[in-house]
Amino acid sequence: MAETAEMANARLQGLRRSPAVHLWEKFEQESVAGSLGVTLREIPFLTMVGVRVDPASETGARIAEVVGGLPERCGEVGGPLAEGEATGTLWLGPEEFLVVGPAHGKGPDLLGRLLEALAGDAGQVVDLSANRTTFELAGHSALAVLEKSCALDLHPRAFTVGTALGTEIGSIPVVLWKLEAERFRIFPRASFADFVGRWLLDGMREFASVEVR
Amino acid sequence: MLLFSCPNCGPRDETEFHYGGQAHVPYPKDTDAMTDKEWAEFLFYRDNTRGDFAERWVHSTGCRQWFNMLRDTVSYEVKAVYPMGSTSPTPGGQSPAGQFPASTVQTQQKGAQS
Repeated sequence: MAETAEMANARLQGLRRSPAVHLWEKFEQESVAGSLGVTLREIPFLTMVGVRVDPASETGARIAEVVGGLPERCGEVGGPLAEGEATGTLWLGPEEFLVVGPAHGKGPDLLGRLLEALAGDAGQVVDLSANRTTFELAGHSALAVLEKSCALDLHPRAFTVGTALGTEIGSIPVVLWKLEAERFRIFPRASFADFVGRWLLDGMREFASVEVR
Repeated sequence: MLLFSCPNCGPRDETEFHYGGQAHVPYPKDTDAMTDKEWAEFLFYRDNTRGDFAERWVHSTGCRQWFNMLRDTVSYEVKAVYPMGSTSPTPGGQSPAGQFPASTVQTQQKGAQS
C-alpha cells in the first residue's frame, strides 16, 4: 500500500527528538521537593508560529481574530488559543509575535489558519516549532534560580503573572513567560537547550542541600 | 553595566543592544557624481565627538528595533532616546551633515534609517 501523507507524518513524529531529551532523566533526578522546591522539565514539540504583521492593518486584525487578540506592547501576551495547556501570543516586537500553541496534532491546524488569515498580504507566517524548545521551571525557589542569571527585574511587582519578555539567561537569549507566581516557561533556541538545561540544573542544585543557618 | 531605555521595552542592560554608529549620516543623493574620495568619506568617515554624540542603537536581544540615542561620550550619560527618522535634539537640530555639499544630501524621509 502506498504511504499516505498522514502515515508519513505519523512515522516522522515518531522519529522526532526534542533538543533536551537527553537531560530528562537529570531533570527528574535533580528536581527538588519541599519548601525550597524547584522542578524543571522540558515540554517538547509545542507548536510555535512566527508572525510578522502590522497589528493596526486589516491583515493584523484577521490574524488577531485567529489567535484571540495580538499583544499591544512589550510583555503582554495575547490569547489564550485554547483551554488547558498554556497557549498564547507573545510580543517579540512592535510587528513581531510568537504564537505558542499546543503540541503538534493536539489542536486545530494553527499554521494553516494563520496562513489563511494572512492571505498573501504584507506580513509573514512561519512555522518555528523546531526553532525553540520549552522549559518549565516551577516551585518556591524557581524565582531564586532565575534571579541568579537573568538581569531583568523579576520582582513580582515588576514582572507580573501573564507577562512574557525577551531576555538573556546565562547570556543565552530566551523568551521568559511567567504563567503563575511560581511557574515560568523558558524558550531557548534548540541549539542552546542543552546549555540552558544544564545551567538551570546548576542553579537548582543549592536548594537540594540542607539550608545552612 | 549601563541601563539603556529602549523605546519599546523600557530599561535593559547595555549588553542587549548593539551599536550602529553615528546617527544622521545622510545617504548621498547622486552617488554617481561623487568622487572616490567623497564616497570613501561617506562610507568610513565619522565624527569622533567629545561630549554629546547622536548615535544609532538596536535592541538586538529584545524587540530588534533601531532607535537613536544622544549620549555623552565622556560621562556616558544618556541625554535622549528618540525614534529613527526624527531630527537630533541637539541645539541646531540635524547634526553633522556638513561633510557633503548640500546638493548631494538626500532629504530625510520619515521612517527611514538616519
